[in-house]
Amino acid sequence: MSDPGHLDLESWSCPLPLRDHPSIIMGHGGGGRLSAELIEHLFLPAFAGTANADALQQLGDAAVFTLGGARLAFSTDSYVVRPRFFPGGNIGDLAVNGTVNDVSMTGARPFALSVGVVLEEGLAIEELGRIADTMGGAARRAGVSIVTGDTKVVDSGHGDGIYINTAGIGLVPEGVDLGPHRVRPGDAVIVSGPIGMHGIAVMSVREGLEFGSEIVTDSAPLNGLVAALLDSGADVHMMRDPTRGGVAATLNEIAHASGTGVEIVERAVPVPDDVRAACGFLGLDPLYVANEGKLVAFVAGDDADLVLQTMLTHEYGAGAARIGTVVADHPGVVVARTGIGGTRVVDLPLAEQLPRIC
Amino acid sequence: MKYLDEFSDPELAGRLLEEIRHTVTQPWGIMEVCGGQTHTIIRNGIDQLLPDGVELIHGPGCPVCVTPLETIDRALAIAARPDVIFCSFGDMIRVPGSSTDLFRIKSEGGDIRIVYSPLDAVKLAQANPNKQVVFFGIGFETTAPANAMTVTLAKQMGLDNFSLLVSHVLVPPAIRAIMDSPSRRVQGFLAAGHVCTVMGMSEYVPLVEQYHVPIVVTGFEPLDVLEGIRRVLVQLEEGRADLENAYPRAVQPEGNPAAQAVVRDVFTTCDRAWRGIGTIPQSGWKLSDAYADFDAELRFEVTDIVAEESGLCRSGEVLQGLIKPFDCEAFGKECTPRMPLGAPMVSSEGACAVYYQFRRIAAPVSA
Repeated sequence: MSDPGHLDLESWSCPLPLRDHPSIIMGHGGGGRLSAELIEHLFLPAFAGTANADALQQLGDAAVFTLGGARLAFSTDSYVVRPRFFPGGNIGDLAVNGTVNDVSMTGARPFALSVGVVLEEGLAIEELGRIADTMGGAARRAGVSIVTGDTKVVDSGHGDGIYINTAGIGLVPEGVDLGPHRVRPGDAVIVSGPIGMHGIAVMSVREGLEFGSEIVTDSAPLNGLVAALLDSGADVHMMRDPTRGGVAATLNEIAHASGTGVEIVERAVPVPDDVRAACGFLGLDPLYVANEGKLVAFVAGDDADLVLQTMLTHEYGAGAARIGTVVADHPGVVVARTGIGGTRVVDLPLAEQLPRIC
Repeated sequence: MKYLDEFSDPELAGRLLEEIRHTVTQPWGIMEVCGGQTHTIIRNGIDQLLPDGVELIHGPGCPVCVTPLETIDRALAIAARPDVIFCSFGDMIRVPGSSTDLFRIKSEGGDIRIVYSPLDAVKLAQANPNKQVVFFGIGFETTAPANAMTVTLAKQMGLDNFSLLVSHVLVPPAIRAIMDSPSRRVQGFLAAGHVCTVMGMSEYVPLVEQYHVPIVVTGFEPLDVLEGIRRVLVQLEEGRADLENAYPRAVQPEGNPAAQAVVRDVFTTCDRAWRGIGTIPQSGWKLSDAYADFDAELRFEVTDIVAEESGLCRSGEVLQGLIKPFDCEAFGKECTPRMPLGAPMVSSEGACAVYYQFRRIAAPVSA
């Protein structure tokens, strides 16, 4: 057997950043710096060289490309959450809403989904039934059809009961063009509601922690909210759903991709009291905790109020707030004004957050 | 939860800062001993808001950072064994040993678990009688009672598959070492509130008297830290050196006697090596002879593992408050959170990581 330290890594475009981890560690899936490096240095070079590969270079949650005269958005995501059931939802809602949201963030109207399930031998049929029902319900709620699927079973011990992959496709309306290329200094940064609920809901079950009140996931389909925003006539420049890595990761990605700086005001970020308490207890920063039913919108500064009003009147935009502004200074860097008036850099997380000792 | 936002209220913070500005007439150096306070200071930009000349010197109070390299290498050797479930606080997982870290051992098949409560490790030992469960018991006096409880319980339950890898460190000997250092610049201390919650305040009386240095027991929210700083500065300006408690909502002068009793029963004082600093006499706790059966170092025969630090890393000077993280040539270059040379770049309480994360640019925020 070859020692992984002696694999030929030289042909990679920039092997250095991966060298220190000769095998996959959990952080590679955490949505932080390690994930980004894996994509940039391993997948992108390997997948290059086809006619439409430039769509991959967009590195958004969904690729946008033209096919038969129509502009389509196409996205895929896999769901491996453990535990499978958590307060307010299960892996099924996440799998549907997550892909609906990824497609929607391009401005597209999601049209159809595929569902692939990898089942572990021994999973109770009753449990699978509940997950499937949840998925059907989520699809109906989002107004999106599940049109194709696949089922595989692996030996007992080779999976966590169920893994789900969904892919989604949608149509980008005429004239809609969202993305980092449209973000500019002066844009308002708006989040569609209170943050951190999904991550804490899952963690509370996973770690057997109780925080007095039950924090439930915010998992929700955002296609309706996105459509309402675009229909409002507001000049929306970019949207993204802050899932893994939370709002901090999303803001960093957009600052990096757009070559602008982002300034946020920490006290303006809506964090529910119970989420703040749980984060304080665990030594986590709510800015880095995952959301499954929120979006961050970058909009023309003059339209900030219109966007806020539109969000606040929508069922999935309750608690929306303007949290910051795009600036020309410190391109690629997110800076927060802290609660007591200081400033700090809000960095891209390296990997998943680790609870502090004391 | 109540009583979090109240302690980061901008108006009250402004008032405290105003009082501080009125108090200060000359430059002063104050050390916050605890990494949790370093985190609060930099995360909230407190140091930027203080008057010029008031310097916060970051102390050695990050338990992850001062755990010696060879202890980590011993932990890694134990964690790599197929018969072991190795339990640790989250922070410790990414700290590099000489050649690997716990994350990598996990990716290679090691059974590494992050626990929130040390007692969860005891439960794991109960539930897995065919495995050896080891808890990495590190920290200051704060974490000691819960860590000590694990072996108390394991002994009561007759669990022969549980053991503790201990590397406990103590605050008062560290303050003594800093005050004895010829290069010291520290003129007053914020003592770590949660350490005093357990141990009380009496240990600090001789330090105040011997070194004529103000020590203020301080909490961890922004207003707590500002109040601690204010009280130290008032003492310095008045030429006083007293022990004060600015964290009475969590600290009683006598501490927590029940917690102290558990600690006294399980641990005994020993010399302890501090990563990057060196050995400080009588500055740590190890398992007492009565509990030697639960000592993971003996059980897994790893006491012969020794290690040497990277020559590039200046964490010792950072931890003693002699330099700021960005004064180190390797900061942000050879040494980053993803490729840390020393532990202060790993833990979110480590001074280097805190600076890297929150302070790479001094960007002014416009209104």
